[in-house]
Amino acid sequence: MVKIAVIGAGVVGALIAREACKYEAEVHLFERRSDVGWGITKANSAIIHAGFHDTPGSVRARFCQPGNQAFPALCEELDVPLAHCGGYVLAFTPQQKAELEKLRYHGECNHVEGLVVHSPDEIHAREPNVSPDVRWGLWSPTVAITEPWALSIAATENAVENGLILHISEEVTGLRVDRARVVEVETGRGAYAVDIVINAAGLFADRISAMAGVDFPELFPRRGEYILLDRRLRGFVNSVLFPAPTRKSKGILVLPTIDGGILLGPNAQDLKHDAKGRVDTTSSGLREVEKGARKLVPSLSFAQRVKTFAGLRPETVQRDFVVGTTHVQGFLQAAAMRSPGLTASASLAPWLIGELATAYTLERKASFQGRRKAIPKPSELDEDRLHDLIQRDPRYGHVVCYCNEVTEGEIIEAIRRGARSIDGVKFRTRAGFGRCQGGSCSARILQLLARELGADTRDVPQNEPAAWIVSGKARDDG
Amino acid sequence: MMDKKIDCLVLGGGAGGLAAAAEAARHGANVVLLDREPAPGGVLDQCIHHGFGVHRYREELTGPEFAHRLVTELERSGAEFLGKRFASLVDVKRRRVSTLGPSGYIHFQPSRVILATGARERPFGALGVPGFRPSGILTAGVAQRMVNVDGLLPGRRTIILGSGDIGLIMARRLHLEGVEVVAVLEQRAIAGGLTRNVVQCLDDFEIPLLLQHTVSCVHGTSRLEGVTVGEVDRQGVLIPGTEQYMAADTLVLSVGLIPDNELVSGLVPTDKATGGLRVNSQMKTEIDWLYAAGNNVIIYDLADWVARAGETAGQFAAQAALGESPPPDSVPLETGANIVHMVPTALADTNAACLLLRVSEPIANGSLQIEGLKPRPVARARPSEMIEVELSEEEISELCKRERILVEIVSHD
Repeated sequence: MVKIAVIGAGVVGALIAREACKYEAEVHLFERRSDVGWGITKANSAIIHAGFHDTPGSVRARFCQPGNQAFPALCEELDVPLAHCGGYVLAFTPQQKAELEKLRYHGECNHVEGLVVHSPDEIHAREPNVSPDVRWGLWSPTVAITEPWALSIAATENAVENGLILHISEEVTGLRVDRARVVEVETGRGAYAVDIVINAAGLFADRISAMAGVDFPELFPRRGEYILLDRRLRGFVNSVLFPAPTRKSKGILVLPTIDGGILLGPNAQDLKHDAKGRVDTTSSGLREVEKGARKLVPSLSFAQRVKTFAGLRPETVQRDFVVGTTHVQGFLQAAAMRSPGLTASASLAPWLIGELATAYTLERKASFQGRRKAIPKPSELDEDRLHDLIQRDPRYGHVVCYCNEVTEGEIIEAIRRGARSIDGVKFRTRAGFGRCQGGSCSARILQLLARELGADTRDVPQNEPAAWIVSGKARDDG
Repeated sequence: MMDKKIDCLVLGGGAGGLAAAAEAARHGANVVLLDREPAPGGVLDQCIHHGFGVHRYREELTGPEFAHRLVTELERSGAEFLGKRFASLVDVKRRRVSTLGPSGYIHFQPSRVILATGARERPFGALGVPGFRPSGILTAGVAQRMVNVDGLLPGRRTIILGSGDIGLIMARRLHLEGVEVVAVLEQRAIAGGLTRNVVQCLDDFEIPLLLQHTVSCVHGTSRLEGVTVGEVDRQGVLIPGTEQYMAADTLVLSVGLIPDNELVSGLVPTDKATGGLRVNSQMKTEIDWLYAAGNNVIIYDLADWVARAGETAGQFAAQAALGESPPPDSVPLETGANIVHMVPTALADTNAACLLLRVSEPIANGSLQIEGLKPRPVARARPSEMIEVELSEEEISELCKRERILVEIVSHD
């Protein structure tokens, strides 16, 4: 059987691995971190782009609009939230209006449907809190939002149900290439004979590429800082608000999140090639985000701030994805997935695996079952269904995270599905994602993790093993 | 499922809710008390230090002892307690409260509701401090629960940001548990907590209190490794050149409590200054069938006052539910000079009432001036300590003839 190794369990790698599981092949997914989706996937704007930002003819343009179109079915299959909120690019000056026209033209070239320029009255009817100075807005109805980490979790879960061999906390340390053909993946734990390696290693795709002896453009992290506002503000903005883009980026946005919060950001700071762990925020960066967001929505109140964070995007000077085959047989790229990488992942994965299936004449796996059910959320169920659920398991009636109304049943199910840390539970259930940021529930979730895993609380981390929570026992004379 | 009709539903089993439920039941009402936790007591159970009950029971008790007394009162009163039950929706139009627990939904149709939902701690994320997001940053309340209830230590070397009472108490607790407490940082020029806590929790253990200092950056990619600490001016702005690195694996936050009224957010008017629900002297909110007592009204300095507010709410909610007394008219109380917080915000014409005030600036000597009454002397008032003012029946009936009542504190320093 053909052996396929996918490196990196972000949204790109997870979707590719799931796609590969549709065929008769032995599929491995390697992730250096302790859980899936903890790299670029967990800290980005979570937008499903329409495809009008991308220069026609670019690889980005080739995958973005089809990705956008593929998302509803994908999210439906994997039971991942998706909200078609639409988006505006806002223009305040005639020069920005010209940018809008350019985007509309790009959008039309890229087959984006429904683009229309709105007047201030039309904009304010939909978005009353947008600046009164706005003069034009490019409305794009196909812009949507999702939860990227949920997608990587769901895709991995579904792939595992369909035979994926998941290697968590297992960093790829080397690739063996023999006569221009990839033959082996080496990790800290062993060596795996393979026929195909797919590089979806995010910020570290250059390193993986070098292991295969394949040139890669210089990959550097572009840091984006974000401010998240309380979901008490639900409805304050309803769609994704973009400024007119600059040469460098799409700019600082104001957008709703799936669970009703308001997200501001990102800025765009290019960091050195080796700064791939710099997810720290800066005071100047956060000020820049505030200022940028206020240009679009002047009445924003930062008193409703819940958290600030930073994410890194994998950028190259070409500003485009690096995807497809290479001169090393069996070594494929799914890399440099900068924005709109999330959107593109939905069309890239089937394309890439489709190419492989043709080249290696892979048979479709008849047993593949693509539907995955999310952990039941009592807070979103109607009363009769909740009643049935509680009849089966009363722990679904015991609320543990008060801000987001997450129950003990959900937390235990998240642990059963692979959560091994507080963040693992958080990204699977939203427990601790709310306004108190785990203030009331983190100590309880710590106890639940220890109980369910039969572990000492000292060995339950926030995320990675080094991120310990408990140093020892109180009143411990021993 | 059928709605459950009762006289009084009390939400929250801390000091306020326990006292409210017991008092309402003693007045003959059919009462149900709910809490999200399995057992009643609220945050009292993790407050193992002394200082509770001095006013209510004339004894110095620990938090759990104080809770035990209140729970005993509750049991004797006949009120029913339901644990592990989360109030998820208050429907003001239908006067209905939906609650979720391990036996499923129960919908209540109470004649009166007493909201005793307490407060939550301001989290680190809300401060917007730059830097990394490692583990080892937690609020004082979480640290308190870990140490006192779960028997776990949150770290080995800690800095405490903010000098609220729980922060001060946890400085001492952690020190006694063998954790090195490097310093307590306070952004303002005076401590946030009670003076007695500064003395008994910091001074007695030689834990430094650094006033006008704050954390300006967080270091450590996995576990906290240290923080940058700098001096701030009176406006809270960092003074350049004053920053220094302090190593610590734990940062405990005591940067404020926020009245927790999410359940009725947007439904019941809140007070801009306190952030709590606006209530009259009967602890009735501006929605006729909703009463409130405790830290969701104003952040109290003593649990004794919370229990007393609960009793007031319990009494009047029960009387209203049983139709014994029509709700009297209320006269608005307005804050004037040097008063930052005041509860209640309206005075009802009843036979007794108590005002609780906080000054905005400390004074050594001054007087409290309630429009229409003789001034009362005030000595050594600090923002962290509440001033309690009892009003007699005569004073109340005098005041209730007015359109509005202005309350001020004038300094004689």
